[in-house]
Amino acid sequence: MDIVVLVKQVPDTESLVQVADDGVSIKKQDIKWIMNPYDELAVEAALQIKEAQGGTVTILSLGPEKAIETIRTALAMGADHGVHINDPAVEGSDSLATAKLLAAALKDIPYELIIAGHRAVDEDNYQVASAVAELLGIPQVSMVNKVELTDGKITCHRTIEGGTVVVEASLPALFTTQRGLNEPRYASLPGIMKAKKKPVDVKTVVDLGVDAALVGAANRKVKIKSLSLPPERQTVKMIEGEAASDKATALVKILHEETKII
Amino acid sequence: MAQGVFAITEQRDGELRKVSFEAVSEGRRVADGLGTELTAVLLGSSVDGLAEELKKYGPDKILVADDAGLAEYTTDAYSNVLAELIQSSDPAVIIMGASAQGKDLAGRLAAKLDAGVAMDCVKIQLENGNLTYTRPMFGGKINADVEIEGAPQIVAIRPNVMDTTEAAKDSVIEKPAVQLGEVKTAIVEKKMETDDKVELTEADIIVSGGRGTGGDYAGIEALADALGAAVGASRSAVDEGWRPHSDQVGQTGKTVSPTLYVACGISGAIQHLAGMSTSKYIVAINKDEEAPIFSKADFGIVGDLFEVVPAITEEVKKVKE
Repeated sequence: MDIVVLVKQVPDTESLVQVADDGVSIKKQDIKWIMNPYDELAVEAALQIKEAQGGTVTILSLGPEKAIETIRTALAMGADHGVHINDPAVEGSDSLATAKLLAAALKDIPYELIIAGHRAVDEDNYQVASAVAELLGIPQVSMVNKVELTDGKITCHRTIEGGTVVVEASLPALFTTQRGLNEPRYASLPGIMKAKKKPVDVKTVVDLGVDAALVGAANRKVKIKSLSLPPERQTVKMIEGEAASDKATALVKILHEETKII
Repeated sequence: MAQGVFAITEQRDGELRKVSFEAVSEGRRVADGLGTELTAVLLGSSVDGLAEELKKYGPDKILVADDAGLAEYTTDAYSNVLAELIQSSDPAVIIMGASAQGKDLAGRLAAKLDAGVAMDCVKIQLENGNLTYTRPMFGGKINADVEIEGAPQIVAIRPNVMDTTEAAKDSVIEKPAVQLGEVKTAIVEKKMETDDKVELTEADIIVSGGRGTGGDYAGIEALADALGAAVGASRSAVDEGWRPHSDQVGQTGKTVSPTLYVACGISGAIQHLAGMSTSKYIVAINKDEEAPIFSKADFGIVGDLFEVVPAITEEVKKVKE
């Protein structure tokens, strides 16, 4: 089965994120960049399917020059080749424009299945994968923690509030990953060596035939007016007391009488 | 020109979900601010009773798409029907919940309508007829104020954050004929956890445990029971296999906004703080007085959680009696 995995490079979740001087972007200097954690699950899911039934795994990513590192990581895990949408014109694209670019690239890549993270942990937009599925006219299932493939169909366990829904979709289809789906493998040393020789095609807006007036920071439908740090809380009130029970009594008194939660 | 506000509601198994009332209440506020009409939209099968319930929150109109094929949420049928309703009414703003359903639907609808989406918003501000949406990014490390160009503007609101306001109105109910369109997915089965388990993203109180529990959640569960709370966990507790993935709070888990968040034996890794920082009150219990969690808490107790948590449970029971 031919599988395409949508991958994004994002700041490490342990990174401190700070607002840049322009007030609308983040400081990029001191950040460690990683593969979006939900995309790691997507790469792993694709590799497991490939190992079970053969086929190819293509990594598709949109990002600056640096994003090649993340594509190489996925190739080192075992994916076969990469497609990198790398063009200054696409930088700062919003979710829908990103989806249009990815969908355009997917016209030239054979696929029966597309796998993506359910969100990227940078902008937390939850939209790109759904929009790609719509633009390609294929079904989608989101936040999947278990998946089975049987003759031309995919069965996905989709996590919802308080439970799971089992959804069947005809192929080709797209699904997005949720924690619990698998444990992503680490790239092995031979894998890393091999990855250096695996092909990565670079695509520009012109290559993709997408109108440049629809993409990039200047053409966002969703305009970022300002970024700010969340308001600081007041200084913590430490609850003192001799025994644990004294502290507990004091805390519950506050929660009951001051905040009226209990 | 596009005008009017749509509030897309959400029902499951014959009940409206709370985020629906939040969406309609916020929709009312936005519509009043813009001097326009609010339409609540309800999709489902045999949902007349639910439409009546929505009147309480004051929409001018309630559009009901009633079809056996809409009983359960599927991306294709719901997005097809909604796109049709939206295209025929041409609203300027569409508000929905950033629930599992809303997060699945928003991107699909946006691509159908070529519209911008502000996802998981915690605040909507109106100034000189312009709407600004505040949405956390990077799991809550940063807040972004965004505006959307063009129409419709799609905004998904974070559950449990916006107020519900009753403002009953004798809303006009319309039941247009709908086309489900091409549906390529089917719901085979629905497996819900027991009814008494409170869902984290909707919980009013959460008691959460981390590495400090050493995997023993008995005390935390007892406190959660006493408070009628949901149980959460840090990433390290989930990685250790002590709790299921669905309990994880943080940047790679669930983002929660309860009234009260009690963090027990959680040091406060930045990615955990990101997922719970919009809680109204935060209580931290940790034996390490230097733990970063205390810098984000309203109330702190330094102590052994195996002593402190059961003592709190006893006190809560006393107060509740």
